[in-house]
Amino acid sequence: MLNIENLHASVDNKPILNGIDLQIRAGEVHAIMGPNGSGKSTLAHVLAGREGYTVTDGQVLFEGEDLLGLETEERAHRGVFLAMQYPVELPGVNNAAFLKASLNSVRTARGEAALDAPAFLKLARDRIALVGMQDRFLKRNVNAGFSGGEKKRNEILQMALLEPKLAILDETDSGLDIDALRIVADGVNALRNPGRAIIIVTHYQRLLDYIQPDRVHVLANGRIACSGDGTLAQELEEKGYGWLNEESAA
Amino acid sequence: MSASSEILDRFVNGEYEHGFVTDIESDTLPPGLNDSVVRTISARKQEPEWMLDWRLRAYHHWLGMSQPDWAHLRQPQIDFDSISYYSAPKRKKDGPKSLDEVDPQILDTYEKLGIPLEEQKALAGVAVDAVFDSVSVATTFRRQLTEAGVIFCSMSEAIREYPDLIQQYLGSVVPHTDNFFASLNSAVFSDGTFVYIPAGVRCPMELSTYFRINEARTGQFERTLIVAAPGSQVSYLEGCTAPMRDENQLHAAVVELIAMEDASIKYSTVQNWYPGDARGRGGIYNFVTKRGDCRGDRSHISWTQVETGSAITWKYPSCILRGNDSVGEFHSVAVTRGQQQADTGTKMIHMGRNTRSTIVSKGISAGEAQNTYRGLVRMTPGAENARNHTRCDSLLIGDRCGAHTFPYMESRNPTARIEHEATTSRIGEDQLFYCRQRGLSEEDAVSLLVNGFCKEVFNELPMEFAVEAQKLLNVTLEGAVG
Repeated sequence: MLNIENLHASVDNKPILNGIDLQIRAGEVHAIMGPNGSGKSTLAHVLAGREGYTVTDGQVLFEGEDLLGLETEERAHRGVFLAMQYPVELPGVNNAAFLKASLNSVRTARGEAALDAPAFLKLARDRIALVGMQDRFLKRNVNAGFSGGEKKRNEILQMALLEPKLAILDETDSGLDIDALRIVADGVNALRNPGRAIIIVTHYQRLLDYIQPDRVHVLANGRIACSGDGTLAQELEEKGYGWLNEESAA
Repeated sequence: MSASSEILDRFVNGEYEHGFVTDIESDTLPPGLNDSVVRTISARKQEPEWMLDWRLRAYHHWLGMSQPDWAHLRQPQIDFDSISYYSAPKRKKDGPKSLDEVDPQILDTYEKLGIPLEEQKALAGVAVDAVFDSVSVATTFRRQLTEAGVIFCSMSEAIREYPDLIQQYLGSVVPHTDNFFASLNSAVFSDGTFVYIPAGVRCPMELSTYFRINEARTGQFERTLIVAAPGSQVSYLEGCTAPMRDENQLHAAVVELIAMEDASIKYSTVQNWYPGDARGRGGIYNFVTKRGDCRGDRSHISWTQVETGSAITWKYPSCILRGNDSVGEFHSVAVTRGQQQADTGTKMIHMGRNTRSTIVSKGISAGEAQNTYRGLVRMTPGAENARNHTRCDSLLIGDRCGAHTFPYMESRNPTARIEHEATTSRIGEDQLFYCRQRGLSEEDAVSLLVNGFCKEVFNELPMEFAVEAQKLLNVTLEGAVG
């Protein structure tokens, strides 16, 4: 589904990604780990198409299409979803209205009919139940005055509604207490299916106690330093990231 | 960064949608102002002697005044001798008796603006006293209103038909000596609207007038007077657009509202005058005096405005809270972009006991525009237990525009309470990225954020008007952000 080849990217002319190669098939969950500054979030933002991240080399194919040639919203329409590390507050914008506009823009782009208000509400309630949240989320303004945990859960709700093909969770576990972490993890697990690929970007291993990845990749200095199965995450938790640098330096 | 500035440029350079000129013959006075011009205007309108005297007093007073310069505006000195003070569409006989008699081109102009009179008549239940340039050309729903005892007619007609009411109320809220532009208006006002709601009557429909400036270099000097007798209620909608022009056009309207005991007046405006081209040339100068007098106890006056047009806006719809327990409200959205400048706000003058006022001002600036809120809250010694709450929010789009807030507060009564809150925010790249990542286009994202910002004010508008306002805002802010 996703094929990243020799991806180089820089921010403010500073190289951050120095040749990433990564293949993800539908139905797989990949974890991307690594120390601060290793390029994890940059990779997530490059895939989503954020301004300010310049791709200097390499290519990314998403279902055979050149992902990097698409606008941010076009990538969203194709099914790329980024759950943000710091979800932005949109004061005065009702969450239900936002979700409906968002869902309908994706549906329209896919050639499906836009949902009217009753159909949307029915679907939204259904998904809210799926991710273990309450209807009151819909009545509030997007992330405005939400706690850190609520913001992250709202991201998962959006993901549940938009049903992306590729979901990228950027440090979704940061700032969550253990209960919130479990709720978010349950939501993600509920959304695992054979047609969907999920990338979990995380610094810590603890989220992976709840979401079992198929593959774990460790990023260091803008490259994948090593890859493995779920046990690699365990190993990292015990040893920390220090040994990686020693190894790559050696 | 690049996409943002590109969007910003598109927004700043967006063409004015309603810029076109209707080609109809009109009867226009040569430029310049003197006694004889004032006399001619009065004579053309077949006005009685007392009206001419009033105009002349205003004119002579105006001669001794100078243009105010205290506003936060860069404004060129206006050459009042280069303006023509009267323009009327030529008529065959005495004027049209029904829409069928109205010049089809005029009707077409309204169609282009999305204000089909016919459709409005049938669908919206809105009576329209359409002002095309300076003379009313069409009046609808007269009969239904007459049955309710409501007077809704052009000012010229009111001067002829209801001289007692006009003599009693005209200039009683905004005297002919009030300010430079109000005095000028008093001397040369061409037409306008008069509304009288008798005691205890709830006006059976929302009243609406659409203004439109069409004649080059013709100052538009509208005069509106609304009187709500005890226990009556009325909602009045005013909307304007203007065609594209190269020369600046002066618009100096005066609106007076009078609410007697237990009466309520809701006055809503959507203003979309031509703002000028990308370099600020040719836009409308909008210098308006709007004031409401809560003359009776428990009276209520509410101003709601959505201001998107004009090169320069200078406008402070105000309330004089004279009656005890009277209520004044001001809800405003002012959008400036490109080279536009707005200095707008309100005055709440609390005189009666337990008077209350609410001010909600939302300013949006983009491009190189300057948006100023200027508000005065005055508690006089008689304003026992009076309350005011003011909120001013500014939204900046891009980094070359400005928002300014000048709240003036004066309290001469220790029991009175004044509260003021102000915020300034910016539409951020992170917000846009968030929306786009969720599939929304940049323009939809801006529209969502701006409408969210303005929601509180839009909620105050009558339903159909709120929809129009939202559309107008979306058109105005098309491709707006960085």
